[in-house]
Amino acid sequence: MIFAQNAVFGLLIGGLYGLAAVGLSLVFGVLKMLNVAHGELIMLGGYTGFWLFTLWGVDPFIAVLPSALALFGAGVVLYQVLFRRLIYASDETKLKNSILIGFGLTLVVQTLAILAWTADERAITTAYAGAVVPIGGVVVPLLRAGALGAAFLVLGGLHLFLHRTLPGKALRATAEDVEAASLVGIPVPRIFLASFGLGSALAGVAGTLVGLTDAVSPAIGLSWTLKALIVVVLGGLGSIFGTFVAGLFLGVAESMSGFVLGNAYREVMGLVLFLLVLLLRPQGLFGSGPAA
Amino acid sequence: MGGTAPAAPLVFVSAIALLSLLPVVSANQAILNWAFLVLLYAALAQSWNLLGGFGGQVNLGHAAFFGLGALVTRRLWLGGLPFGAALLLGTLASAGMGVLVGVPSLRLRGPYFAIGTLAVAEILRITVGNALPQVSVLPAQALATYTLVPRYYLSLVLAAGITAAVWWLARSRIGYGIAAVREDEGVAEAIGVNAFRHKLGAFVLSGCFAGLVGGEFAYYHVSFYPSFAFSPLWTFDPLLITYLGGVGTVWGPLIGAVFFLSLREALALRLGELHLLVFGLLFIAVVVALPGGFMEAVRAKGFESKMPNARV
Repeated sequence: MIFAQNAVFGLLIGGLYGLAAVGLSLVFGVLKMLNVAHGELIMLGGYTGFWLFTLWGVDPFIAVLPSALALFGAGVVLYQVLFRRLIYASDETKLKNSILIGFGLTLVVQTLAILAWTADERAITTAYAGAVVPIGGVVVPLLRAGALGAAFLVLGGLHLFLHRTLPGKALRATAEDVEAASLVGIPVPRIFLASFGLGSALAGVAGTLVGLTDAVSPAIGLSWTLKALIVVVLGGLGSIFGTFVAGLFLGVAESMSGFVLGNAYREVMGLVLFLLVLLLRPQGLFGSGPAA
Repeated sequence: MGGTAPAAPLVFVSAIALLSLLPVVSANQAILNWAFLVLLYAALAQSWNLLGGFGGQVNLGHAAFFGLGALVTRRLWLGGLPFGAALLLGTLASAGMGVLVGVPSLRLRGPYFAIGTLAVAEILRITVGNALPQVSVLPAQALATYTLVPRYYLSLVLAAGITAAVWWLARSRIGYGIAAVREDEGVAEAIGVNAFRHKLGAFVLSGCFAGLVGGEFAYYHVSFYPSFAFSPLWTFDPLLITYLGGVGTVWGPLIGAVFFLSLREALALRLGELHLLVFGLLFIAVVVALPGGFMEAVRAKGFESKMPNARV
């Protein structure tokens, strides 16, 4: 029964991993840039949710919307100021410089967050925070189940947007082939901007949900960036569904290894898994295409 | 520095001669300590530059090599081995890890190398923090005889040695091969350069040098948490130093280290935590606006040199 309990906890946290990774994957897929400050954007999303709740009592499940908007704005600014100048560089330079800029950005955002909000851990504690639902001997915390549901809804919405709407299709076309997309009249620069904003907005949603189920502090960025990277590599690029499943998979794997090896090694397990996949199946566990 | 090719070694040798006199002319421990740190950071940055600048591969897990060198050297040394032997084994451990990590990750293109190395560094940092939570302190008799001067000379020897090795390598056939792979892997392969072997060689040597500097850190520090040597700062600082000074140049890391430690000294006193913000912004500004670092700024004024230049 403890086993099943761990699996459930893993699944519940895994949904957030998937959500955290989708934004990173989207930006990488469309812009061919790797924003290693993605975890810092998640951290900012967490603080947005926290302050909305603390100052005005906004329910975190509603706060995901303003949080997404705020981070969309932040993403647009970051893109315009820093990342836009890379779009005409060669693929390799683009990738490398985006990593370097993101690396510098992590330091800047983290230091600003410490200055603004101190290094303390904060959590969004709602009235229903402790509620649990027992299902056949396994305890399901309501909050985490809600976060998983929200993550699933957001990803489903994103899937519909990318596959059923014209802007979504334009975005996918740009990810597939920039030149062809631009030849058929897709405003590629605007798609780039929107993708970066959308990726950041997804980080905002993920961050608010993280603030609800875990805690937020200025230092959480790197570990969330790593989680997102692990999930992206596990799932392979390009599939939202694959990313979500990979997130769940990582959540369960971490939870199980925490149970077997001790909680201190949960994160290590995910990273080891990641290296194994890099070694044996660089196209990802669920991907089929060749490695980028 | 810089100048024409024959002048550069002359400047280099006289700088070493002058620096080796420092403990003789000045008994000021603060100055000696500062010079020690400049040389340590210069050597570490140079080791990153070997792969990142000349080889064009962004290693985000350099701290892993520094940390492993520090950990192994420290434990063997405090365990009773002579320091030289401990340092050698620590360096070998880092080199071995370079092979283990490099073989799978360097075969893949794209972002896999950067994030793979980042993952390795985090695995080691967390694991070491869990397994060895106690702070490592020098034993009493080592503390009683502790002096800065031998540490300083070790630092000088390593910084000079690593710089000379990189300088020599950059002019060798292997160095040209590494630069060719950086500029265009496909073209390099087409003219008969084995890209994977060149990248792996540069990576292992870079890790080896980082392990050496880590061992030096283990020799220098009176007390530190073993996981501290694996902190991402040991990746970020050498990266920053290399980019500030000039990535892919031999002298860049040296100039960058002097600048970095001067600025850190000045800023940390006045601004505290805020000095990290300045460094972050400075780093982004260099990557975005001055990709050649100070070396490029100098060169633009007409001091043309023959040093291979990285375009990143």
